[in-house]
Amino acid sequence: MSKKNGASTSYKVFSWVILILLALFFLFPLYWIITGALKTPAAINAAKPQWWPSEFTLRNFQVLFSKRSAPLFQFGSVVGPTVPGAIRWLLNTVFMAVMAMILTCITAAMAGYALAKKRFIGRAFLFSLIVAAMALPKQVILIPLIREMSKLHLYDTIWSVIFPTVGWPFGVFLMKQFSEGIPGEMLEAARIDGASEWKTFTTIVYPMVKPGIGALAIFTFINSWNDYFLQLIMLASNVNYTISLGIATMQAENSTDYGLIMAGATLAAIPIIIVFVIFQKYFTKGITMGAVKG
Amino acid sequence: MRQTMSPELRRRETISGYLFLLPSLVFFLGFVVIPMVMCIITSFTDATMNSNQPDVFIGLANYKELWQDPIFLKALRNTIVIVVVSVPVVCIFSLWVASAIFNMSEGPLSFFRVVFYLPVVTGSVAVTVVWKWMYSNYTGIINYVLKNGGIIDKNINWLGDPKYALACIIIILLTTSVGQPIVLYVSALGNVDHSLVEAAEVDGANNTQVFWKIKWAQIMPTTLYILVITTINSFQCFALIQLLTSGGPNHATDTIMYYIYYTAFTRFRFGYGNAMGVVLAIFIAILSAVQFRLAKEK
Repeated sequence: MSKKNGASTSYKVFSWVILILLALFFLFPLYWIITGALKTPAAINAAKPQWWPSEFTLRNFQVLFSKRSAPLFQFGSVVGPTVPGAIRWLLNTVFMAVMAMILTCITAAMAGYALAKKRFIGRAFLFSLIVAAMALPKQVILIPLIREMSKLHLYDTIWSVIFPTVGWPFGVFLMKQFSEGIPGEMLEAARIDGASEWKTFTTIVYPMVKPGIGALAIFTFINSWNDYFLQLIMLASNVNYTISLGIATMQAENSTDYGLIMAGATLAAIPIIIVFVIFQKYFTKGITMGAVKG
Repeated sequence: MRQTMSPELRRRETISGYLFLLPSLVFFLGFVVIPMVMCIITSFTDATMNSNQPDVFIGLANYKELWQDPIFLKALRNTIVIVVVSVPVVCIFSLWVASAIFNMSEGPLSFFRVVFYLPVVTGSVAVTVVWKWMYSNYTGIINYVLKNGGIIDKNINWLGDPKYALACIIIILLTTSVGQPIVLYVSALGNVDHSLVEAAEVDGANNTQVFWKIKWAQIMPTTLYILVITTINSFQCFALIQLLTSGGPNHATDTIMYYIYYTAFTRFRFGYGNAMGVVLAIFIAILSAVQFRLAKEK
């Protein structure tokens, strides 16, 4: 090892320098969003940008929260208190991402187990269909989906951005990978003991695929939160917007008030970044497991 | 080993298998397979957004029109430029970063993984609006830095100039595309068979030789997967275009996905848009198949 120390040490220093420069480059947009949100309009519009805000202001957030107002929630005739539009958008987004996550995890865990461990007619065909669908451009399917959603009276409701996420077969594929590891003897033993199929699933399969469900949950949550294209084509009225869609619309309306737009971007990005950093390990696992044999 | 299953057991397995699949199949068939079929069917009609108006079958007319539509051809060209530039750059960049970080200790490794994934998590809208500001003609930091560094002498309207607009978009696309490949490569490099690497080192192979002769072959499946997903993602480049340039100036930055959206929502030509969707899907399918074939030969 020691004979090539000279070359490898200088290469190590070189790669550390490059890595740190790259990290700064990748972090900079986020830094610029957050500091931009706290800058005064004068600082934002100056020809000489301020690397660090010389004066902090909450003006941009005040404007953001005064923009529109909407009821906090609405179930039939039950209408919540009036809040700023951005808060409603945030709540819509959380509801969408959480529902998509729960539904995906339940359906994918069940289907993944069946595909991995059950031997039934049509299994190979179904699995090829799922793999083939995953190789398709997801966004292309969404345009024809609009007419289907309006026939189902789901267009411009929060469900129209939840159901397509649940239907996307990546989760089933991922859970199949995790379920492959369940020993057949354990399932056999449960069957001989006379356990029902459902009981076998909840007491034997579920505990064993739990790490997979964790990975899938965080993966679905983040993807659903950020699926701008789906939200853009399915949601039409302002009260149903997600935070991404709200910010995009605001950007189209006030294209030069960068302070306001950065405040909106902060509101959209910070919650999801916090979730990501906390659950980073599961997320990494989900990405890598989904690629095995992919 | 399961060939000897009794007919009774086989029936039970089939019924329970389908019951477990049912909830997932409802969503998969309803919101993926049916729209896929609808996409193909309506591409042969003059369908509009209005679903109450009957669609008239017009055969291959939409497909014929595509190849005479100058905007579609331009969008196709732009999309191909994006794919041809971004796919190799993403692969090489992420392989380099991954090999530089994969044997670091857990702390720095997590840090770099998070940092390179951050643009993906931040979301396309937040990322795009901040880049729009950074590229802006008068208040953008990029013009300021380049002018002060003596690289340019007057402000450039990056996104408004057909010469630069597409390149600017590709740069943002790259920052949002390398996160997943890096995670995948880090894990693949960590799984490389150590005994082979050690054996080669004993035989006097240097780092470069070890990398190309041993590691490269073992991470090939990962490379292939990354090629396929990066190609699919680059082909679908949409949010950046819609938020930054709306395909302008003068369709210089139209991509197929953006033009599909434009056709369906601004011109309300649903059938025509879906015909483009089918063409895009065929393109991706062919490219994925070619990449698989090439990788298998190696």
